[in-house]
Amino acid sequence: MTKKLVVIGAGMASGRMLEHLFDTQAGRWDVTLFNAEPRGNYNRLMLSPVLSGDKTYAEIVTHDADWYETHGVTCRFGERVLRIDREARVAYGANGPVPYDRLVIATGSNPFMIPLPGHDLAGVIPYRDLEDTERMMGLGAKPGSKAVVIGGGLLGLEAAAGMAAQGVHVTVVHVMGHLMERQLDEAAGYLLKKALEAKGITVLTSANSKEIIGTNGHVSALLLDDGTELTCDLLVMAVGIRPNVALAKEAGLAVGRGIHVDDTMVTSDAHILALGECVEHQGAIFGLVAPLYDQAKVAADTLGDTPASFVPKEVATKLKVTGCDLFSAGDFAEGEGRDDIVFRDPSRGIYKRLVLEGERLIGAVMYGDTAHSAWFHGLIKDHTDVTAMRDTLIFGPAFQGGAQSDPLAAVAALPADAEICGCNGVCKSRIVDAIQGGATTLSDVRAQTKASASCGTCTGLVEQVMSLTLGDDFAPQTVKPMCPCTPLTHMDVRRLIKSQGLKSMAAVMQECGWTTSCGCASCRPALNYYLLCDWPGEYDDDDQSRFVNERMHSNIQKDGTYSVVPRMWGGITTPDELRAIADAAEKYEVQTVKVTGGQRIDLLGVKKQDLPDIWADLNAAGMVSGQAYAKGLRTVKTCVGTDHCRFGTQDSTGLGIRMEKALWGSWTPAKVKMAVSGCPRNCAESTCKDVGVICVDSGYVLHIGGAAGLHIQGTVVMCTVKTEDEVLEYTAAVVQLYREEAAYLERMYKWMDNVGLPHIVERVVTDADSRRALADRFYFAQQFMQQDPWAERTKPAYRALYAPLADLTLEAAE
Amino acid sequence: MTDWTDIGALSDIPERGARVVKTHMGCVAVFRTVDDEVFAIDDACPHKGGPLSEGIVHGRSVTCPLHNMVLRLDTGQAQGADEGSVNTYAIRVESGRIMLDTARLRRGQVA
Repeated sequence: MTKKLVVIGAGMASGRMLEHLFDTQAGRWDVTLFNAEPRGNYNRLMLSPVLSGDKTYAEIVTHDADWYETHGVTCRFGERVLRIDREARVAYGANGPVPYDRLVIATGSNPFMIPLPGHDLAGVIPYRDLEDTERMMGLGAKPGSKAVVIGGGLLGLEAAAGMAAQGVHVTVVHVMGHLMERQLDEAAGYLLKKALEAKGITVLTSANSKEIIGTNGHVSALLLDDGTELTCDLLVMAVGIRPNVALAKEAGLAVGRGIHVDDTMVTSDAHILALGECVEHQGAIFGLVAPLYDQAKVAADTLGDTPASFVPKEVATKLKVTGCDLFSAGDFAEGEGRDDIVFRDPSRGIYKRLVLEGERLIGAVMYGDTAHSAWFHGLIKDHTDVTAMRDTLIFGPAFQGGAQSDPLAAVAALPADAEICGCNGVCKSRIVDAIQGGATTLSDVRAQTKASASCGTCTGLVEQVMSLTLGDDFAPQTVKPMCPCTPLTHMDVRRLIKSQGLKSMAAVMQECGWTTSCGCASCRPALNYYLLCDWPGEYDDDDQSRFVNERMHSNIQKDGTYSVVPRMWGGITTPDELRAIADAAEKYEVQTVKVTGGQRIDLLGVKKQDLPDIWADLNAAGMVSGQAYAKGLRTVKTCVGTDHCRFGTQDSTGLGIRMEKALWGSWTPAKVKMAVSGCPRNCAESTCKDVGVICVDSGYVLHIGGAAGLHIQGTVVMCTVKTEDEVLEYTAAVVQLYREEAAYLERMYKWMDNVGLPHIVERVVTDADSRRALADRFYFAQQFMQQDPWAERTKPAYRALYAPLADLTLEAAE
Repeated sequence: MTDWTDIGALSDIPERGARVVKTHMGCVAVFRTVDDEVFAIDDACPHKGGPLSEGIVHGRSVTCPLHNMVLRLDTGQAQGADEGSVNTYAIRVESGRIMLDTARLRRGQVA
């Protein structure tokens, strides 16, 4: 049996209610819909995009004529309801009465107009409906137009930004100390003010309006308390709304600030429901859309005799102003028992504040980066216990346990402007744009954006962006993850460390979604190196993440003893040093004294607990660690050069010493060996070293990428230079490039295979600025690196670590 | 029967590091994890006798420095495809002191 339903008001709440009604109770109701505005339901929230020109009115209509017709709604648009006869159950429209079985009042609210002198002048408008929007849009058509907006709340700012986008000079006058004070704290309000000012909007806070001045009955200026006069062609008052209760009041319904409703949205008259901005529920009135939609669902259920009750939830605010990412939810006032977690990044204009009470998140304010706002809002709404994730809460869901299993999460979480390809300065959004523009393969993306087209170390990341954008259709090249703890490759991780500014192993593991609690013996040393290389002076070396040789600063031998190799600069030693070495060999019962392939003396078979003592003795004789164990610079082998050799063209020994003094101590992805030969006869075997120098009459030929280990490979010539200083600068630059780009444990020749010689030549030889920058970065890092590990480890704090923790054999002997 | 012996302070072992205890049964490696758990196992890898105390500690495992065999600190079992195990010894921390059950370790001397 069809019943008569009359709905007064075609706003967002009643529109949503009708949808529910027709979905669940099709055919049950014969609906008459009154609306004072001469149109049906549209999305009022989208008036701001209409104002700013991002959308048209047609695009924000939620229910068109067809929809009303399909559902048999009798539309009486542009017609006011004059009164309600509750006894007779009849609503009297201006064009005639309509009887009802149930009545729904959804009259919304009226904008509040401050009764300032002059508020009734022409050109003083609220911001409420499409007509107001069109008035503001019309202003933009006249060049040089000026507008004043009174009210620095959500609506006022959207009006201001919308008009500014139309080219209007806008001044916002706000009585409070900061904008949107109901949703934002002071810091976020400050950032918002800055962002609006950057859009050319003048923002006056703590400003009291005194009088609206008119000329010929039309607004011409706003006068403030302090005497400031703001000329304007239009004055928009957006200071708040008042529930529209006149009709309900006149009908004798219970009304406070709004129409009183119970949890089922029924008013004091059982046949009449109310919902939307016109109602008051448990003392609260509503201006945001989320609770109105909840009310719509409850009202529809109530009409269908389905039990339902309206429970107000925390609501979130987002500002629909392009370029102002702002989010606010819950309660963020300070108070006893409440804790703040605040994150600020001044240069990027990012501010986040979370308010916790006990184990719950109760409020969140975010400016500049609102990517995780929905997640935070969920935590607030659901009253989630956040104790376990408190430490990383502010960094969002990617940092919490659940999201880590997604290998693409880290890349998905990157902001649009995150740099993916460092060589060509390509950010994530450019790659996404290219893919959305039709690029489907890596080479397409390379051709269009240049991303990964140079050194190629970002290929893995580019492919992940492609996977994210193209979905399952994209099959990336098979890339080898750096270890079982992560699906990411070494290069992906390196790039993320830089682009995300990750400065600790824990940060890398969390941000990149490590699947193990603290890595493994493979990734820990690699991460330690990457962090040390990328953040010199900021990241402290983690001893426990180094392989035993580097941790002990000695080579472990098969029987658990160690070998000790003092540094011998450029292969030169002295009788005193030899004497000290001989003494040490005797004193510590060294089994074997051996000259190494790199022109040094190796003392083999030293017991672990003797290490600090033998180091101390060698230190006392002026020798430091030769780092013969390091993934770092080991040795610079030399020949005798011009000093003694009849063929020598340059001082190869002296240059070797200079190079070794400049480069020792540096950590590199794998070991680095160098040599300087005084002439092309190449007695120092420079052509199988990572960096080899061959002196010729006209200068120095620089070779790179040799190896004589598992893999034997001759060097290639990088370039020829004229002076020793140039040798040093080029060498530092190429080593730094290798440090920054290679995967851990990747020898220089292997890296050269991957990136190609032209890339290295361009960065180190052709582009002088690049070379100097690389060399500068190398030397900057060196100031933190060039400390003799032996000297450090003979100090008492370290010494103990080389001795047994306890000796039960002694105790037992008592 | 247990014989709890104080072998030193927890702070004597670096986090994610190890120290050895010399015994008549050979060296025992005492590990401290990042969560301040302690474990005691033989300081010789079942593969080629590598000093496990010099390995890299990750989670509750250590990787032998000589040939990368991974052993569980709590069970002494080799992980992955490798086979083998080392002895584990009861150990606990009391008020910052490390207590090792030395009953088994002294037996050699008694015998």
